[in-house]
Amino acid sequence: MIGLGHYLTVAAILFAIGACGIFINRKNVIIILMSIELMLLAVNINLVAFSQFLGDLVGQVFAFMVLTVAAAEAAIGLAILVTFFRNRGDIAVDDANLMKN
Amino acid sequence: MTFAGIAFWAFAISTVTFGLMVILARNPVHSVLCLITTFISVAGLFVLMGAEYLAFLLIIVYVGAVAVLFLFVVMMLDVDFAELKSGFADYLPYGVIVGVVLLVNIGLVVAAWQLPTEDQRTQPYLTGAEMTANPEGPNNAEALGMVLYTDYIHYFQIAGMVLLVAMIGAIILTFRERKGIKKQNAGDQVARKREDAVEVVSVQTGKGI
Repeated sequence: MIGLGHYLTVAAILFAIGACGIFINRKNVIIILMSIELMLLAVNINLVAFSQFLGDLVGQVFAFMVLTVAAAEAAIGLAILVTFFRNRGDIAVDDANLMKN
Repeated sequence: MTFAGIAFWAFAISTVTFGLMVILARNPVHSVLCLITTFISVAGLFVLMGAEYLAFLLIIVYVGAVAVLFLFVVMMLDVDFAELKSGFADYLPYGVIVGVVLLVNIGLVVAAWQLPTEDQRTQPYLTGAEMTANPEGPNNAEALGMVLYTDYIHYFQIAGMVLLVAMIGAIILTFRERKGIKKQNAGDQVARKREDAVEVVSVQTGKGI
């Protein structure tokens, strides 16, 4: 029988994948943004699983808020990325030092 | 195994597999496509849990807008992605260590944690097949709307403001003033007076101005 624990496990694995992705793709900021999306998605799975398990819809309202913030963050992140690319000519973020001095 | 069980394992395995491929793929376009597949799998999990509204929101907003935005940016930027992948092997051990440590931490916390027992709660817990929607009651979208538009109306409006600010921010960040093109200046046009533009002269016959 599939219960709360199964969904929490999937969410935990997805969250760990997202965190791992930030570290192993340190240069490529697009993949970093996608990893953040994966982590937010894992949080959403948790919220929805608890919402259904406890029979309380508020968890889904919070998941809705997380979804909104994630969409806004993706839009702003990609806009900054495009501006960065225009200024620098590449998107290697490991040696980004425009703000230095 | 029930149909719901088979569907859960299929969606769970595809979520984890494509999630891994997002961070491991060589080509960022493949990463975005794997991200889309991950979102669709998670939408399947949401449907299994009975959260149909969020499942379709995930498909429409994430797959339809966010993932396509990623795809556009990846295709628009002229970047040598092979070069960006160069430090991959160096960072891989650290990434795996962080991922495993995080997973063990979460596992330890969740394993040690107990839900309040049945008699401490007023309403009973739902498990397994009971986690699907109640067929007699309002469906998921209706129920969510009843909560969202009454008790959580301010959160809902704040969400709208967040999206508005994000939209304005994205436009301002990527806006580029172009030099050397002809365009309308509405302010000049509105500020224009009759006296500046039209002159009435009475011309005598045969004289000219």
